[in-house]
Amino acid sequence: MEKMPKWADVVLIPLISLLLAAALSALVILAIGEDPVAAVKLMVDGALGSTYGWGYTLYYATNFMFTGLAVAVAAHAGLFNIGGEGQAMLGGLGVALVCLFIPWPHWSLALIFAALGAGLFGAAWAAIPAYLQAKRGSHIVITTIMFNFIAAAVLNYMLVNVLRPKGSQDPASARFPETVHLPSLHEMLAPLGIEFSKSGPANVSLLVALAACVVIWLLIWRTPLGYEIRSLGKSEPAARYAGISSVRIVMIAMLISGALAGMMAINNVMGEAERLVLNSTEGAGFIGIAVALMGRNHPFGVFLAAILFGFLYQGGAELALWTSIPRELIVVIQALVILFTGALDDMVRMPLEKIFIAVRKGQN
Amino acid sequence: MTLMKSLMGAAASLALTAGAALAEPALIFDLGGKFDKSFNEAAHNGASRWAEETGGSYREIELQSEAQREQALRRFAEAGANPVITMGFAMADPLSTVAADYPDTKFVAVDVTWLEAPNIRQIGFAEHEGSYLVGMMAAMASKSDTVGFIGGMDIPLIRHFACGYAQGVKAVNPDAKVVANMTGTTPAAWNDPVKGSELTKSQISQGADVIYAAAGGTGVGVLQTAADEGILSIGVDSNQNHLHPGKVLTSMLKRVDVAVYEAMKAGEDLETGVFTMGLAEDGVGYALDEHNAPLVTDEMKAAVEEAREKIIAGEISVASYYENDSCPALSF
Repeated sequence: MEKMPKWADVVLIPLISLLLAAALSALVILAIGEDPVAAVKLMVDGALGSTYGWGYTLYYATNFMFTGLAVAVAAHAGLFNIGGEGQAMLGGLGVALVCLFIPWPHWSLALIFAALGAGLFGAAWAAIPAYLQAKRGSHIVITTIMFNFIAAAVLNYMLVNVLRPKGSQDPASARFPETVHLPSLHEMLAPLGIEFSKSGPANVSLLVALAACVVIWLLIWRTPLGYEIRSLGKSEPAARYAGISSVRIVMIAMLISGALAGMMAINNVMGEAERLVLNSTEGAGFIGIAVALMGRNHPFGVFLAAILFGFLYQGGAELALWTSIPRELIVVIQALVILFTGALDDMVRMPLEKIFIAVRKGQN
Repeated sequence: MTLMKSLMGAAASLALTAGAALAEPALIFDLGGKFDKSFNEAAHNGASRWAEETGGSYREIELQSEAQREQALRRFAEAGANPVITMGFAMADPLSTVAADYPDTKFVAVDVTWLEAPNIRQIGFAEHEGSYLVGMMAAMASKSDTVGFIGGMDIPLIRHFACGYAQGVKAVNPDAKVVANMTGTTPAAWNDPVKGSELTKSQISQGADVIYAAAGGTGVGVLQTAADEGILSIGVDSNQNHLHPGKVLTSMLKRVDVAVYEAMKAGEDLETGVFTMGLAEDGVGYALDEHNAPLVTDEMKAAVEEAREKIIAGEISVASYYENDSCPALSF
């Protein structure tokens, strides 16, 4: 018997968790002598109150959708992919190589191949830990974490010694040519007569991310492969008894996961910076874990959680710009949300379940 | 009651600042953060000195993400802040696009010298010249003829520091050995005192008895361990001699604080263009104070002063790592 109706599980619990996190954050802001109401207003206004704010919120959200999906796919196969950060870094390298060394006639063509390049590099980076897990039993959590550091070193080497233009002091690649510039939401919506702020970095890769959400939903719940992935995640002995090769599924799930994390690079590298910088991923791979946790590994949940985290990032930036709340405290606020929605899920769930059971008993 | 008052006060001041058009300066710290004990903190010191002396106020932000670079520039420019001061070479790229959109706003770019825009004051420091001088001092103070260099993140700027240092060492003692290590390849390398300490121990075991740290917050660990193990160290950016009196040979000064202070003082009448702050402009140098007076011999002082004057006069030329991405005295 279900303890709670579905809507309570999907909507009510995250909502209560969010409110608890917000209340605690308000106390923190009060404690340093700032006004929590004004702070919340500033965050909401700054992130959602204008197309300028949405431009940034959706940009961050696009990153988190890719990395969140990456973690979710691996999680369905019972694998905890913490290597999204490294896979996204390598994805950035793939995008940079595609954009810098091939003269593209049009951005749309470039986007397709940049996405392929990003996916390929990201998947390749996930392949080694996947193989070690599948064949040797080396724990995927350990290996993917270690691969994050190797990815950082590879990227540093490539940028400092290979891709850096001569004479530049900045460890970054050259700017990509004009032809691979991805249309921003401003440029996409203008022909439709919709005014959208010019300065927001959200771009066409948002649509790719949304498409990826749909494709992953189809893959996980509507294909035989998705069934095999989920079976393996639920019970490996049962899956093997049913004739599912665990080696094959571990490899496939991790390759898809790595490719998704890598594809984040079409947003931050190709869409925003238009060059490869050292610090391009800035933790989005790790935020993906929180996004997937909060979204219950469901693509639609990932979508919503990604928007929430985009809001937190952009709202946090506005706080940093216009108040004297130090940035460490902004990180504290973001961390409280992650803590309550991700880790302290049971704290809300258990009392809520008891309430629902009590109410049901009362009705009978 | 008091709580309510402070709440209302905060709301009112927020409304005021949001509404008024500000001609106050704005300062954008790089990702390292305001209190990195080094580069960004020097800017903070310069700005607070200006605020104290003039009673003025300024806006500031500590960047948290790459996407915020352009965002912060635009938001401050749109709010009427003038000049907008930026820290670090990573601001060059966003500045190159943003500056043209706000021709009436003046921008200051510290550690950037290669942009072409009429409204940017670009300030570069000749770190290799200052490092050359402390390199000479290191070689003269060393008894083992082996000196160390510990950099932060392995980027061209830090190789630039190391290269000047190694040339100074070799100028005094061509047979001296320079042991150079970088802390890491991620931004975490700027703030890893524990790793700095380990590297220091490792360099000591290779014979180094003077170690120069150009590593932001990581340098704190280098200086600490050097003091604990009884060898000498050299600080960077700010004067760090006072951290361990009698144990820090000197500090390579990079006067970011002066650059920021002067930019704020000039305000909207700021002169734009490319400015290099080298030895001649006192933009870089070495620190002498009561904390390191017993360590610096008269002979050392004379030699370094002579080299300083020769560099200013152009008689000694210190090779820059940037010129052809390599160093004559050290290989990476």
